Amino acid sequence: MSHSPTQTPAPAEPGRRNFLQWITFAVGAVAAAVVAVPIVGYFAGALRKGKVKQVNLGPLASFPVNETRLVTFNSQLGQPWDGMAAHMGVYVRNLGKDTHQKDQILVFAMNCAHLGCPVTWFPQSGLFMCPCHGGVYYENGDHASGPPPRGLFKIPPQLKDGELWIDAPFLPTLQNTFEKPAKV
Amino acid sequence: MKRILAWFESRLSLRDSVGPMLMHPIPRGAAGPMGWFYVFGSASMTLLFLQIFTGILLALVYVPTASQAYESLVYMNYQQPLGWFLRSLHYWSGSAMVFMVMVHMVQVYLHGAYKYPRELNWLTGVGLLLLTLGMAFTGQVLRWDADAYWGLGVGASMAGRVPLLGPAIVDLMLGGPIIGADSLSRFFALHVFVIPGMLLGLLGVHLWLVIKRGVSAPPAPGKVVDPRTYQEDYEAELHKEGVPFFGEALLKDALFSSLTVIFVTVLAAVAGPKGPGALPEPALLGADPKPDWPFWWLFALLSLSPPAVETFIMLVFPVVLIAMLLLVPFISNRGERAPSRRPVAVMSVIVIVTVLAILTYYGDAEPWSPHMSAWSGDVMPINLVKKGTPLQMQGMLVFQNKQCRNCHALEGIGGRRGPDLTDVGIRLTRDQLIDQISNGTPGGGNMPAYGKQMNPAEMSAVVDFLGSLRPSGQAPAEPAAIGKP
Repeated sequence: MSHSPTQTPAPAEPGRRNFLQWITFAVGAVAAAVVAVPIVGYFAGALRKGKVKQVNLGPLASFPVNETRLVTFNSQLGQPWDGMAAHMGVYVRNLGKDTHQKDQILVFAMNCAHLGCPVTWFPQSGLFMCPCHGGVYYENGDHASGPPPRGLFKIPPQLKDGELWIDAPFLPTLQNTFEKPAKV
Repeated sequence: MKRILAWFESRLSLRDSVGPMLMHPIPRGAAGPMGWFYVFGSASMTLLFLQIFTGILLALVYVPTASQAYESLVYMNYQQPLGWFLRSLHYWSGSAMVFMVMVHMVQVYLHGAYKYPRELNWLTGVGLLLLTLGMAFTGQVLRWDADAYWGLGVGASMAGRVPLLGPAIVDLMLGGPIIGADSLSRFFALHVFVIPGMLLGLLGVHLWLVIKRGVSAPPAPGKVVDPRTYQEDYEAELHKEGVPFFGEALLKDALFSSLTVIFVTVLAAVAGPKGPGALPEPALLGADPKPDWPFWWLFALLSLSPPAVETFIMLVFPVVLIAMLLLVPFISNRGERAPSRRPVAVMSVIVIVTVLAILTYYGDAEPWSPHMSAWSGDVMPINLVKKGTPLQMQGMLVFQNKQCRNCHALEGIGGRRGPDLTDVGIRLTRDQLIDQISNGTPGGGNMPAYGKQMNPAEMSAVVDFLGSLRPSGQAPAEPAAIGKP
């Protein structure tokens, strides 16, 4: 710009040159924007909450009282071409009826609250253990030992006509759990 | 022939542009025996090109879709002619590239070649190192097995800890609410388009700087870098006794690169391809994801850090580490270049390499991971069985059935998360054993409280068994004697 005075013809028509410069910047900015907006929108599509998909875990009667069962299902939250990656599970513990004859059910995501590894239920010791860093939880999901900063992620159970349903679980992380309303 | 060449030359003008680059003079020392220290950069570049080449070939068969990726890898391993070899070569040459880039970096650091005026060479080099590690990480995801699946889970769980933005970062990283097809496609795009593009672009800048700033002369004690005079001296030296790069220096590069390629090829043929491992099916449980070796040190560091500081180590420590690398040429920009005059530099390399090696060893051994099948699969050492009373035998069963063995080894067999209990009987009294088992580590440490997980009969059996675990002739632990008043 300023270092090429030799090429600039005497500033006879400064107005026109400035105008061309100005219009180039403006048109360029518009061009960048019309491309950038849909690109950002496309990329941010991953943030959009899709429709809630329900999963039927089977009749409540199939869960013996005070036992913990792994229920596996094909998650519909992802893509039809997810393959076996969609085949996941949750732990269900039927606590029986409370004093108001209301069914008490615990549903846990299989992911450890530490770093998301799949916990295994051991009925012999009544503990969930994580294979990664040794996180251990009690049968009610409370943190027993190891690095997890909290208990297992609980998924709200839904009972319809004696059938146990849940909203298909997303991958829970410390700031994105099933216990509070969906994130922003 | 000559006329054809002249025809091209009159249009391309290579003699004036590329010619000087090839023939650019380098310090005489760099072309001599010391020149063997200068071969690691070009070998890294050679491996990069081998990676691009084998990567394209793999892309001819690999299916980057969650439902088919695993099958296509198995197909390559067992049915596609030489598919196993191409997969193996891509893995081992990629590993060699990570290694070579690090060796190159250490050499540049030890020889002080990053000092004035080559700060930008170092900065772009750090960028190339990070991109190379980025290739290693994304490439591991494309091996769509249980390690890849749960590795993404671990990565997402770490990213999810970022204050406020965590959940959004997780969604952008996975491409959706669960680990699946969109996650794989994302890492495919990163591995195949985004990072290689950045890598090649940055490599162009790196090479441009190498040519424009020239190769540094081998360091000599007492020959200090002074920004006021360096450029002048360097050019005078080149003018006086520089030798063209296109000559002995290039020959050394070519020879070493060729040897590297041969080594990698033989290694690939002998060692075979890596994985794919267990199926990427979350319902199968039992996964214990392990990153590829370039990340073992970080894996170990994270796993060994106390829970209270691990979020810091996950999120802040890498940033600090990268910032420190980037600051190197600005912290020591001048002065001595010879390693013999830079004890602190040499010492830091020794310390860093040792720490990385030890952490890498631990990352491979994973002593912090429980052995999930130890309770049902690991044998009880025979001499413990032979001398066991009925109650102690009962205790052994409790020990196995309550999954104690998953974390506690006996005679070295079993989990290593907790202490080996082979001679716990000389360390803990009966009361201490009951307390430890019932209450676990106080405050939610490493051992869960088993108080409610065992009935009194089981507890007395397992305590009797553990109390009997002593080398022969050793007395059981006793409560410390309390002096009589």
